[in-house]
Amino acid sequence: MSWRSLSRTRRIELAMPWLVTIGMLVVWEVGVIAFKVPSFILPGPVEVWQALVRFNGPIWQHAGHTLFTTVLGFAFAVVFGVLLGVAIGSSRLVYNGLYPVLIGFNSVPKVAVVPVLVVWFGIGTVPAVITAFMISFFPIVVNVATGLATVEPELSDVLRSLGARRRDILLKVGLPRAMPYLFASLKVAITLAFVGSVISETVASNEGIGYLMIQASSRFQIPLVFAGLVVIAVLGIVMYVLFALVERRFTGWAMRGTQSATVTTGS
Amino acid sequence: MTHPFVHLHSVSLTYAGAEGGSGTLALDGCTMGVGRGEFVAVVGPSGCGKSSLMKLVTGLVPPSRGSIEVANAEVTGPLKIVGMAFQNPTLLPWRTTLQNVMLPLEIVEPHRSRLNRDKAAYVERAKALLATVGLAGFEEKPPYQLSGGMQQRASLCRSLIHEPDLLMLDEPFGALDAFTREELWGVLQEVWMERRFTCILVTHDLREAVYLADRVLVMSNRPGRIVSEHTVSLPRPRTLETTFSKEFVEITHRLRDEISRVRKGLDPVAAAPEQAA
Ligand SMILES: Nc1ncnc2c1ncn2[C@@H]1O[C@H](COP(=O)(O)OP(=O)(O)OP(=O)(O)O)[C@@H](O)[C@H]1O
Ligand SMILES: [Mg+2]
Repeated sequence: MSWRSLSRTRRIELAMPWLVTIGMLVVWEVGVIAFKVPSFILPGPVEVWQALVRFNGPIWQHAGHTLFTTVLGFAFAVVFGVLLGVAIGSSRLVYNGLYPVLIGFNSVPKVAVVPVLVVWFGIGTVPAVITAFMISFFPIVVNVATGLATVEPELSDVLRSLGARRRDILLKVGLPRAMPYLFASLKVAITLAFVGSVISETVASNEGIGYLMIQASSRFQIPLVFAGLVVIAVLGIVMYVLFALVERRFTGWAMRGTQSATVTTGS
Repeated sequence: MTHPFVHLHSVSLTYAGAEGGSGTLALDGCTMGVGRGEFVAVVGPSGCGKSSLMKLVTGLVPPSRGSIEVANAEVTGPLKIVGMAFQNPTLLPWRTTLQNVMLPLEIVEPHRSRLNRDKAAYVERAKALLATVGLAGFEEKPPYQLSGGMQQRASLCRSLIHEPDLLMLDEPFGALDAFTREELWGVLQEVWMERRFTCILVTHDLREAVYLADRVLVMSNRPGRIVSEHTVSLPRPRTLETTFSKEFVEITHRLRDEISRVRKGLDPVAAAPEQAA
């Protein structure tokens, strides 16, 4: 698919995110210059870029650490989220027992939990991984459970009429049917995982982008703080796109129409 | 006939209504028997409970009252010896047409344990079956790229692939044009004459019922029960020529009359004087 073979509207569609981003940066820079905003309050994009270049060594190192923490917490969230989602989605009993508990658990602000985690595990990577896990776990559970619980009875009847066991029905109908829900939730969950790990790093770590930002702001290096924000945003976008591609690859059958299932949660 | 292969004994079925509302009585006191290797067609007005009857026999839905026996055993849950084509094609959207047709082989023994070893042979079998219903070349297409009638044909293949002892077909040719439909009558008759499984066919097409069945059962308005039956003793294999024969036309006529009476809530046959009072 070459750029030239695309229709005009499609080309504009594809260029849109870039145009919007560039437009925003321009407005930002012009605004900062026009209103003479001091750089320790709001640095312009050019200054942020300079900070990115100047501190690129430490930024890379800390970004790498944050990415590692996030992905690890997220991986745990996927494993446990899918297992719990399957349990909740396929059994009314488990659903009734666990759902209220989960809602309560999800309503707790995770920042409030970090100090407790520090008491248990000390400062560093472990609390960050756990926070990333806790925050990204919920949407996965809810989506997988929803996917399973809303399987059309007609589809499971096809298997039941063959004398299939519960396990077969789960494997051949339930899980494939829940896949689009799972992938939709992964896109949300990975960005939430970044929120979780960075929150924990700002409170209790001496590594990671969150730590870097706290350090920078205590030294009034505001451009560096913004550079940290940009790095997190870029990491978030890259992971999101990655999972969107995986989603397209594995659940093409569900994407032909407009249906796309997401249940999102705040943090 | 000795003990029938499929036996319903005054079966009633009530669907639970929405909360507070009373349920729907779909079947009431339905009694019927189908012999082993027999081909029976069930006709009746829309909504009289034919699809419900199919689900009862396969054990997908338990009866509210009465009992159902298949192969001398009371039906208490889904059976393992059936092939069923539902009224909607119900193909799994994430599988290709071929994978959909091969689904029963992944579930039903003895195919289940042989599938990995004899994969190639099974794939050939599924492809050949698809070809007989005119779906050669569509094996790798996902269901949503097939027309409604093509999906129905694929679903018919799925019900046949594991060579079940009992075949349940719920309006399998409903979405097809007259020509394809008549062609598939021939195909189905051929398969049945070869394997002689027991078959229950629900249909709205009276010519289809008479063409295919040994016996045609007529159901009453909802709540449904069997109100009359007709034995079709036309010789097999029947052809399109058969459908123009005197006997064929007579039976279809009589069925049409009965159903039009049944739809108005009357007895299928004009009542004798003493019953009229
Ligand atoms: N799952 C269900 N829940 C509640 N009521 C149902 C359900 N399925 C069917 N019914 C009711 O039971 C009655 C019989 O339905 P059924 O589908 O068996 O009819 P049918 O004879 O197959 O009709 P058609 O020829 O139109 O397919 C109908 O009145 C319908 O409203
Ligand atoms: Mg029906």
